[in-house]
Amino acid sequence: MTTPSQTVGPFFALGLPWSDGPYAVPEDAPGAFWLRGVVVDGAGEPVPDALVETWQADRAGRFDHPDDPRGAVASPGFRGFARCPTDPEGRWAIRTVRPGPVPGPDGTLQAPHIDVSVLARGLLDRLVTRIYFPDEAANAGDPVLSQVDPIRRQTLVARESDDGLVFDITLQGDHETVFFAF
Amino acid sequence: MARPDWTPPVPYRSHAEDEQPPLQWPVYGSTTLRSPRQPLVVLPQGLTELTGPLLGEGRAGALDHDLTRQHEGEPQGERIEVFGRVLDGDGRPVRDTLVEMWQTNAAGRYRHAGDRHPAPLDPNFTGAGRAMTDGEGRYRFVTIKPGAYPWRNHHNAWRPAHIHFSLFGQAFTQRLVTQMYFPNDPLFDQDPIFNSVRDPAARQRLVAAFDLDATTPEWSLAYRFDIVLRGRDATPMEDA
Repeated sequence: MTTPSQTVGPFFALGLPWSDGPYAVPEDAPGAFWLRGVVVDGAGEPVPDALVETWQADRAGRFDHPDDPRGAVASPGFRGFARCPTDPEGRWAIRTVRPGPVPGPDGTLQAPHIDVSVLARGLLDRLVTRIYFPDEAANAGDPVLSQVDPIRRQTLVARESDDGLVFDITLQGDHETVFFAF
Repeated sequence: MARPDWTPPVPYRSHAEDEQPPLQWPVYGSTTLRSPRQPLVVLPQGLTELTGPLLGEGRAGALDHDLTRQHEGEPQGERIEVFGRVLDGDGRPVRDTLVEMWQTNAAGRYRHAGDRHPAPLDPNFTGAGRAMTDGEGRYRFVTIKPGAYPWRNHHNAWRPAHIHFSLFGQAFTQRLVTQMYFPNDPLFDQDPIFNSVRDPAARQRLVAAFDLDATTPEWSLAYRFDIVLRGRDATPMEDA
């Protein structure tokens, strides 16, 4: 029997943030950009005490992990994981690169995506979502996006900004972000 | 269409509903505006979900597990060891995984600007630790017993004494953030966060066990807290 989840609570800044947390890749990695967003609640108010974490493959779509059936591949300087607490305006930012496509459960390639965990006071369990990329032809055939109500699909696609991409997370209400279970 | 040479990695088992808290839990006031209202979409576990950061050594320093030795003097309160194993749902140890924890001081005050509870800060206590599990999935922290503290969820609301835990496990699917409680706490019945776990046996998994054999005479008490992450679905070979 699995140990149950509990909320991360309002005081995780005491223990969780790392000074290098937001860097899934080094600042000057080839192809690196800032992926930013705002977390808002059901009243449209910014969530100043959320923690956003991301996980993704490298630019070639590879993971440095023993459970990758294609073999583990380490990209020097690539961590693939980032962690960023929101600021008083609910904003977060990570430095990363666009991942290559990754096989889904049956081996067919999925569109490039980043998995996201959201933790906060008021969330008794972590929320999971995905970030897809704008102007990506593969999105049309992605098996996960295809399962999502077409009206809500846009909540999973980042949009371009001056210095990278923007992905806002709406926990509840109009334009609520799609969250996943597995 | 599926690739013929593809060996699908084994997904992780999902949990029974009452073993995990629900997202909508009105007695915990903060869920009202923060819990999603739309049903969660089922995501079949692919490689992104079945891999995860393996942070390795270097993330936890040699003394990061000992919260009583981070300052010039020793902190106030009962010195305790908190130890246990990180296992998966099949009882296998989760090796070399990062465990992070944070807590109040003995008076029930967090060293965080947002905690306005009028209990004293302890100049010799910050309240955050990190450790890696070893080859048998074991971890160990040395700390002081945290205090209960009041919060504004309902009239005369108090959080039972607890330590926050965060674990990565071996895959994105296994990520767990939870809280460890202490046995026989009189505050359990009025705590909506603890009681959000509706199955009583699952709820008990959140409570550490006092372990007299692990105490260090004249030095420290000890509590054992094993943490069970999600296990794998049975593979075809196991069924044969």
